[in-house]
Amino acid sequence: MLFRNRPRQDRLVAALGDTLQTSPADIAGRSPWMDARVRFLRNKAAVFSLALLTLITVCCIAGPWLLPHAFDAADWDAMSLPPTFKNAHFFGTDESGRDLLVRSLVGGRVSLLVGFLATLSAVTLGIVWGATAGFIGGRVDAFMMRIVDMMYAVPYLLIAILMVTILGRAFYLVVITITVFSWMDMARVVRGQTLSLRSREFIEAARALGVPTRRIIFQHIVPNLLGIVVIYTTVTVPTVILVESVLSFLGLGIQEPMTSWGVLIHDGASVMEVSSWMLLFPAGLLSLTLYCFNYIGDGLRDALDPKER
Amino acid sequence: MWSYTLRRVLATIPTLLAVVTVCYLLLHGTPGGPFDEERKVSAAVLANLQAKYHLDLPLWQQYLYYLGSLLHGDLGASFRYADWSVNELVAKALPVSAAIGGGAILISLFVGVFLGTVAALRQNSAVDYGVMLLGNAGHVFPSFVIGPVLILVFAVWLKVAPAGGWDDFSPRFMVLPMLLLIFINVATIGRVMRGSLIEVMHSNFIRTARAKGLPMHTVVLRHALKPALLPVVSVMGPLAISSITSAIVTESVFSLPGIGKLIVNGAANRDYTLVLGLVVLVTVIAVTFNLLVDLAYALLDPKIRY
Repeated sequence: MLFRNRPRQDRLVAALGDTLQTSPADIAGRSPWMDARVRFLRNKAAVFSLALLTLITVCCIAGPWLLPHAFDAADWDAMSLPPTFKNAHFFGTDESGRDLLVRSLVGGRVSLLVGFLATLSAVTLGIVWGATAGFIGGRVDAFMMRIVDMMYAVPYLLIAILMVTILGRAFYLVVITITVFSWMDMARVVRGQTLSLRSREFIEAARALGVPTRRIIFQHIVPNLLGIVVIYTTVTVPTVILVESVLSFLGLGIQEPMTSWGVLIHDGASVMEVSSWMLLFPAGLLSLTLYCFNYIGDGLRDALDPKER
Repeated sequence: MWSYTLRRVLATIPTLLAVVTVCYLLLHGTPGGPFDEERKVSAAVLANLQAKYHLDLPLWQQYLYYLGSLLHGDLGASFRYADWSVNELVAKALPVSAAIGGGAILISLFVGVFLGTVAALRQNSAVDYGVMLLGNAGHVFPSFVIGPVLILVFAVWLKVAPAGGWDDFSPRFMVLPMLLLIFINVATIGRVMRGSLIEVMHSNFIRTARAKGLPMHTVVLRHALKPALLPVVSVMGPLAISSITSAIVTESVFSLPGIGKLIVNGAANRDYTLVLGLVVLVTVIAVTFNLLVDLAYALLDPKIRY
């Protein structure tokens, strides 16, 4: 039902006459989220990327169990082998006979896991920081945002290198190091959104109606933040994976015998004169993943933020 | 303008101080001192050494000593490279990084602005799609993937350039690293330039300029270019920060004896003082560059008046 006032609605419908094909009663209400889903599914590149990314993730998780080789086991009969069906070395092997496909998938597990964990913590930190700054406002806000500005001015990779130099290179330390330098975008965006939401009419209306603050936050502010949080989360994941890969590539991230895409690319780059597949497969896999995240991010932005188009 | 400059300069001081302090505390939070390892020295020698490096003082006094020597431009001594001070190592490495990085930024500024302009003026042409494709590729493919692929193509397969190394500023060794940095920077600059010029070309004053019959090149060069360059200037700050990242990767990929390689080696050897000194140095350079970009922006943009 469109209007509370039934006679007015009837008059309107009559006035519209034939141009209105369906009667208002037939129009099902659609939430903004359903709208967004329809818009996202219409974006072929984004849907294809999502499918491809799901495939890569599933392969990384399940692949190492299904393939006959272990990621750190040497096959002495097949060292530095180009991609071949012999012994099921589909991506070839490295100079100590370890299967590159399994290593790529295990490395993908690590890279994706670091990406997921660091994004989760960075997003949480960013939301809490930004929402607090935006909601309290005033001096607290100015001070908190000043810290964010400082973090932006610092060349993050250097501090990250200093941190892994001092703290060590255990898995969780790499995640923490990456988190420290990945939360500022989210904080900025969430703060801006909170600030603009705080002064919007519907919040004012809710206040005037006597809705308790907690209900305002969870019923009105959080759902409105959600869209932008989802967008920036998908943008954060590839940058986080990239930082992990850079650190690992420089030999300062994930350590042997454990592996990640950055480690594999580093190893591949050192032997590419004789075995170029060692470089090309992991590099291709990483680039493909980053491309997928980019397109999904674009698709989500178009779907959730129609004004931005 | 002067008061704005002064305020911006003063505003960088807390940033620098915060970076130095956090790094210093991180460094001192780790267990163990520089003279704990390997050969044990006698108590008297240890006391003398600690007195020489002020390690016998409380932390805050050590920190003030460190700040004092920083203000004098002294970055301290290296733990691992015996007989080398960080300053001497920097003096050898900085020209290499500056030549590669500075040269690449300058070239990519010109190339990026040119390609972006052509793409914007010939929207949806082959050039435009080429620039957009390049911009996308440089945006998505990380430098440590492009770098080895460049080596694979130009050094291994085509054999037109050496795969890496350094020979006293010989251009042969500088081509590929600079190509990599230019590629990454042009991707950003070209995209920004294209977007902003397209927007400017649709504005009213351009329509007026064309309506009064000015030839196209005058419209673009005299009227459109200057406002369109503003976003390019503002993107130079973040670009410089990301250039530091790509410089570290580039020097690692092509084994160039620059600052980035020094930092990575220092980190691998856990040479704390070297890494700390370099982090401080590069942060100062980055923050100063950001400051200059901000000031240049304020100077160029007629809408900003302080």
